[in-house]
Amino acid sequence: MRKSTVFVLVTAANAILLSIFLLHGKYDRGEAAAARSASAEIVRKLRLTDLCLFTEARYTRHPSMTDFQSPFQDHPLALEHFPSGALVTPPGFRREGP
Amino acid sequence: MNRTVERHRNILDFALSSLLRRKGKNLSLWVVYTIVVFLIAAIVFYTHALKREAALVLQGAPDMVVQKMVAGRQDLVPVAYAGKIAALRGVSSVRPRCWGYYFDPISGANYTLVASESPSPAPGAVDIGSGVARVLRVGRGDLLPIRSSSGAPMLLTVRKVLPCVSELVAADLIVMSEGDLRDLFRIPRDLATDLAVTVANSDELATLAVKISQRFPDSRPILKSEILRTYDSIFDWRGGMMVVVLAVAVLSFVIFAWDKATGLSAEERKEIGILKSVGWETGDVLLLKFWEGAVISLSAFLCGVVLAYFQVFFLSASLFEPALKGWAVLYPRFRLVPEVDPYQLVVLFFLTVVPYTIATIVPSWRAATVDPDAAMRS
Repeated sequence: MRKSTVFVLVTAANAILLSIFLLHGKYDRGEAAAARSASAEIVRKLRLTDLCLFTEARYTRHPSMTDFQSPFQDHPLALEHFPSGALVTPPGFRREGP
Repeated sequence: MNRTVERHRNILDFALSSLLRRKGKNLSLWVVYTIVVFLIAAIVFYTHALKREAALVLQGAPDMVVQKMVAGRQDLVPVAYAGKIAALRGVSSVRPRCWGYYFDPISGANYTLVASESPSPAPGAVDIGSGVARVLRVGRGDLLPIRSSSGAPMLLTVRKVLPCVSELVAADLIVMSEGDLRDLFRIPRDLATDLAVTVANSDELATLAVKISQRFPDSRPILKSEILRTYDSIFDWRGGMMVVVLAVAVLSFVIFAWDKATGLSAEERKEIGILKSVGWETGDVLLLKFWEGAVISLSAFLCGVVLAYFQVFFLSASLFEPALKGWAVLYPRFRLVPEVDPYQLVVLFFLTVVPYTIATIVPSWRAATVDPDAAMRS
């Protein structure tokens, strides 16, 4: 078999696999929809505001509820020391109270 | 038509043979290229799916949360504020929320304790998230010891474990009655953690937030739209580690492109000289170099994207877990719903395949336009 044929077949197989993955994401959502509705129900009942992604510090557990001082709470000029603090930056649109 | 296709196939055959002649160098290049595409694609898939999940799941969040601020920090809010805010035109209801954090010194994990109104667990009973159950190895009917603010231990009975599928929002939750939570943290009856406000018309939220800020200057209203935008902002490409990883990946591509654009090896120059001397046109040489670049970049792109999809949506982004987990003992286990934005795939394609292919052609064009004799001698 010619090398170009092998290359075209391998590339086509990869492209088909990627298309199948994309279609799988679009149609295979039964289990996911159930999980999503269970989570949404808990959010509604308990009036939750954040996803449970990072539990190591309160400002990474509830980034939408925290104040800007929390990451630097230990002493003036304290540096942020939780690893997830590097992933979670404070949203820049918040109104701050006194 | 057939003639054009056959010409391309012949040149592709030659390009593949040429790549295989330097298989060590090209294979290592392909592996690194695939890893870089994989890394970028995995981050793009993960953050996009997480942002979408946050937007859908948090639709049931309160319309507005009102906190009290003291010296720049959140403080307990007087429950009396609730009645005054409820009296504002447009406000449907105001419910005080009681919640807090508890660090368990035995397991080293942080839990979120929430008071539930309906259906509230009976005094002395709790519902726990499946993450808490996993870390503490407790189940329905077991006793959960918690040390209260006064130092006295409280023994709570686990009424039920919240479903595993809700770990994305509830992995670390301990849901209890309001009385138990107040006793545990010694929160006076006239204070609450914050207030959840429901409004009749969501278009009036911003106006109401201004009114509340004016009426209670020590308060901070947080709108639902801001809660939802928080996750867009956190997982934005400029956010935290994201920008570091993307910068590293882009720099890797700059190095690839630089390596290609700064010139060809003596062997490649000689090869171009020989091809031209045996009758190849400059256009044929450029087509050959185009196919060499396209073979590597296209196959690396496809493999990288397929591997990234598999990693994020089938293996739950397990490779990112150490980075996401940080020092947390309790880490939620969840499967993201596959969600790929075609626009992001197209951008990724144009950011990875096109620059590399162009960077391959430019030095070849410079070499192919010189005299074959000079090219072979150089």
